[in-house]
Amino acid sequence: MVYKEHWSRHVFVVVNALLLATLAAVCLFPLIHVLALSFSAAPAAAAGKVALWPVDFTVAAYDFALSRPAFRNSIMVSVQRVILGVFINMLLTVLVAYPLSRESSAFPARTFYAWFFIVTMLVSGGLIPLYMVVRWTGLLDSIWALVLPTAVPVFNVVLLLNFFRGLPKELEEAAFIDGAGHWTVLFKIYLPLSMPALATLTLFSFVMHWNSWFDGLIFMNSPDNYPLQSYLQTLVISRDISQFGMDPSLLRLVSDQTFKAAQIFIGALPIILIYPFLQRYFVKGIVLGSVKG
Amino acid sequence: MLIPAVILTIIFKYGPMFGVIIAFQQFSPVKGIERSPWIGLDNFRYALNMPTTERVIQNTLIIAIGKIILGLIVPLVVALMLNELRRNWSKRTIQTAVYLPHFLSWVILGGIMIEILSPSRGIVNDVLGIFGFGPIYFLGDNSWFQPTLILSHVWKEFGFNTVIYLAALTGIDPALYEAAMVDGASRIRQAINITLPGLRPIIILLATLSLGSVLDAGFEQVLVLYSPQVYPTGDIVDTMVYRMGLIQAQYGVATAIGLAKSLVSLVLISVAYWTAYKFAQYRIF
Repeated sequence: MVYKEHWSRHVFVVVNALLLATLAAVCLFPLIHVLALSFSAAPAAAAGKVALWPVDFTVAAYDFALSRPAFRNSIMVSVQRVILGVFINMLLTVLVAYPLSRESSAFPARTFYAWFFIVTMLVSGGLIPLYMVVRWTGLLDSIWALVLPTAVPVFNVVLLLNFFRGLPKELEEAAFIDGAGHWTVLFKIYLPLSMPALATLTLFSFVMHWNSWFDGLIFMNSPDNYPLQSYLQTLVISRDISQFGMDPSLLRLVSDQTFKAAQIFIGALPIILIYPFLQRYFVKGIVLGSVKG
Repeated sequence: MLIPAVILTIIFKYGPMFGVIIAFQQFSPVKGIERSPWIGLDNFRYALNMPTTERVIQNTLIIAIGKIILGLIVPLVVALMLNELRRNWSKRTIQTAVYLPHFLSWVILGGIMIEILSPSRGIVNDVLGIFGFGPIYFLGDNSWFQPTLILSHVWKEFGFNTVIYLAALTGIDPALYEAAMVDGASRIRQAINITLPGLRPIIILLATLSLGSVLDAGFEQVLVLYSPQVYPTGDIVDTMVYRMGLIQAQYGVATAIGLAKSLVSLVLISVAYWTAYKFAQYRIF
């Protein structure tokens, strides 16, 4: 059956598409503008000639940024943090999700432990007491201060345990009859079957660790230990370039404007690179977490 | 299997919860929790009597409620508009664009905003200049700072709720639309009489759950974007706790303010979850 559509419908379709395209553009233009600035020569950027495409293309701002030890150093701290942090997050997520996915009859303390973790999602001691605890444990200024307080991502645990519960019971029953223990069932049956879920959670954990900056700011006394995002925070709120000790001959090509733009873009780059995967899993992840049943 | 996670949770989650007792002490790090003198509710009294407290609470509520309301409406409108697109590729392309800011940190987005909103060299004020407005100092003018915070939050986060609404839209029975078309209902009538009622449970759910965040005006965002000249409109409870506690080292008072905020939030969250369970049969676990 074909409906003849009224002309107003066609107008609506076009206007709707245009509005949505504008919205998408509004979301992306700021990013593209900063990217264009970072590849532009300083005078063109300062004169406001750069919109969405670089003017007088140069990579000088990137050269300069990457030549500075503070910036390179913070990238290294971030890389360490991400590797260590994601590993700890994933290990503990699996180790917590498996026992909690058991039935209460097989694991009587299940409800107690489930609440033990869930409570930490709902209440927290707050900023100052957490700082005191980290100080008391002697972790200030060490990479462990960035990965241990966030070691157990409860939200990820809930997602994974729901995933585990959806796996067919017959597989593990067969394995238990053949004499397998819980470790074998977890590593030989559950984990291989959970690869898509684990990939999703790894991405979430990666994004969380890469993007965190506030903990770096408060737990690191020495700026040498700042991860990239904490370093960028001190950079973007500073309005003065003199502290960067720039060689005057560079000023023709690099200004604090293009220099900041380049570093901001480097900070966003890993996220942009994994974004195609993130987006796919993101939808599944939220829907899994929010709209059940 | 649980032991490592339990130990870490006790230290880094339950430890700080125990640590809130310094809200009732004249705490000094040198003396520690055991030997700092107890002063009852003095820290709370002091915090309530500070001249800035009222303003800070007011800012927090205005910013948070503005974010909640726009954060519910904008995604709903966008989801309905996306739903009207016929071609899947255009739907996908637009979704790809609008989710991206969600994954970037406030440091990155704040850096971008400081650049594009700058009154002297920012592209936004250049464009406004062409139309004869301006320059507006979005991040330094007290009449613009709150709207800027709210709108930039919506820019970053509206993709998130859009996904949820879109997922709920796919759950509406297509037979309803077919029946409506046969009866000659216009697209607008279909939207009002089928789509919106179909989305009602999820709208109620999201609205109730956001009740728990009326005291969260967005700490990281404000911390990146504010500066002393916009403290009158931009300072929120969390930033005040941060400055008092970690910069001025008034640990006891800062903890007291944080504790008061947590308690109010906890009550609100409990009410919200209870209501969500009661009216939308929603359970998180």
